[in-house]
Amino acid sequence: MATATRKAFGMALAKLGEKYPQVVCFDADLAKSTMSGLFAEKYPHRFVEMGIQEANMISTAAGMSFTGKIPFICSFGAFVTGRFDQIRMSIGYAQANVKIIGTHSGVAIGEDGHSQMGLEDLALMRSIPGIVVLQPATAKETEEMIEWAINHQGPVYLRLTRQGVEDIDMESFRPGIYPQVREGEKVAFLGTGGLLNDCKMAADELADKGIMNPAVFNAHTVKPLNNEIMRKISTNYQTIVVFEDHTTLGGTGSAVAEWVSEFADTPRRVIRYGVKDVFGESGTPQDLLEKHGLTKEKIVEYFSK
Amino acid sequence: MTAELFQKWAKITPEIRKDIIKMITNAKSGHPGGSLSMVELLMALFAPEGIMKLNDDVTSNERDRFVLSKGHGAPALYATLANLGLADFDREKITSTFRQLGSDFQGHPDRARLPIVEASTGSLGQGVSIAQGIAMGYQMDNNAHRVYTIVGDGEMQEGQIWEAAISAAHKKVHNLTLILDYNKAQIDGFVKDVMGLEPLKAKWEAFGWHVHEIDGHNYQEIVTALKDTHPEKPSMIIAHTIKGKGVSFMEGLVGWHGKAPSLEEADKAYAEFDQQQTIGL
Repeated sequence: MATATRKAFGMALAKLGEKYPQVVCFDADLAKSTMSGLFAEKYPHRFVEMGIQEANMISTAAGMSFTGKIPFICSFGAFVTGRFDQIRMSIGYAQANVKIIGTHSGVAIGEDGHSQMGLEDLALMRSIPGIVVLQPATAKETEEMIEWAINHQGPVYLRLTRQGVEDIDMESFRPGIYPQVREGEKVAFLGTGGLLNDCKMAADELADKGIMNPAVFNAHTVKPLNNEIMRKISTNYQTIVVFEDHTTLGGTGSAVAEWVSEFADTPRRVIRYGVKDVFGESGTPQDLLEKHGLTKEKIVEYFSK
Repeated sequence: MTAELFQKWAKITPEIRKDIIKMITNAKSGHPGGSLSMVELLMALFAPEGIMKLNDDVTSNERDRFVLSKGHGAPALYATLANLGLADFDREKITSTFRQLGSDFQGHPDRARLPIVEASTGSLGQGVSIAQGIAMGYQMDNNAHRVYTIVGDGEMQEGQIWEAAISAAHKKVHNLTLILDYNKAQIDGFVKDVMGLEPLKAKWEAFGWHVHEIDGHNYQEIVTALKDTHPEKPSMIIAHTIKGKGVSFMEGLVGWHGKAPSLEEADKAYAEFDQQQTIGL
């Protein structure tokens, strides 16, 4: 069953709120969209509606974390990371124990168009020292990440999808440790977020056609990268392709390319497969994903050339 | 609080001002004007017989808290804490290491290095929201302690200040007191010319705050305003101050916002502080 990771987040936080009484939740007039409303219904006195004041929400949550509470702050990824200085100063520099939830990532949100699309959020968040940047690929993984984030002391950015994502059977979340979801050789596909399932299906089809036999990993951690995993992947595979519904400038693909070019034992090619330095636009999610090559069919087409 | 107490404070403030000038002169950089203007406000808050209920344990919630939203006034905060013996650092430490590599006494407050400063500020406009967050956290736990924050007048041009002005009133953050260090000058000129704020009292009242307008160098007026809080509304104290207060050649001048004095100028300032200490109020 396809569940949006934003919905999985809302359900998980509402569930985990019982076990972790110090968790509080903030939203900026999008509680119905980010699904933080599920927490609000259950714990109204631990939910703070901030209205359309993202900057104020970020700094207020930082202050509240200084009293020992663990605030989750929720908005569209584009809007919350758009208030970069508040995250950089009030949360990042202060090492505030705040968890930032950015939903509606990528062109996959569809009709609302560019203004609502989180397309640069990973690039922004990744540049702040000490912050952990994560992107779950399934509902189950989302819940695991939420509980991990609650227990982690320090800022976390979690990037979530509007669209439903398929369940994929894989090992439980451990930061930096990419679960392998398909065996293969020579080529490694690093899928992220809502694209993981398409990557896996594309790899199956490419193998069926005898074009290539890619291994597929779930690259759920954008920062910090795990050296052991990166060394394993860059040693075992000649070509590494990172798929993301995000600009190719500064996202997961960039993070992997930077690691490989600096630390890999053997020179390797890294392909950053994502939104190519252009703005998003309105359209159906399917049309937009196709336009940017982010579907199983388009991935197969690209690698069949 | 009595006249004798204020007389006692008036003997300490020249020492705090001396340390501010020492720090900035030694570092060859910093913000003397806006540090000197808020010394009486900090004194009334932090002095042992003053307004804030403190606790040696800075991780405890059983205490009032202070956030310096105008982070460039950091020398005044460090010097107040050191002179009142409220922290594990002394006057020698802050004056010799301010703005030096590896120092806890950064140019602007850094909570990660120095938890007693409560928040990392210096990018203006965020401290009121941070203070509001602490106050709301206290309210959630039925903790009656208060949170204080000092904001600069130039800083009040930031949009986020007005977001917090809306939210703190809406959320009834009555345990929050915002103090405006209204010294009338910012880097590019006088506030009224750069981006005027008036009518301030009417604006904050219209936003739903409990507002006082006082002389920010008069202890009686400061403590009266700080004590007069409201059961539902957050408090706003518009404190009229003098930029560069206590140094005759700095007072009221835009040019001393972010400039270090020369050694000769510093000596002249120290002599004025010594004289002020002899005279008292």
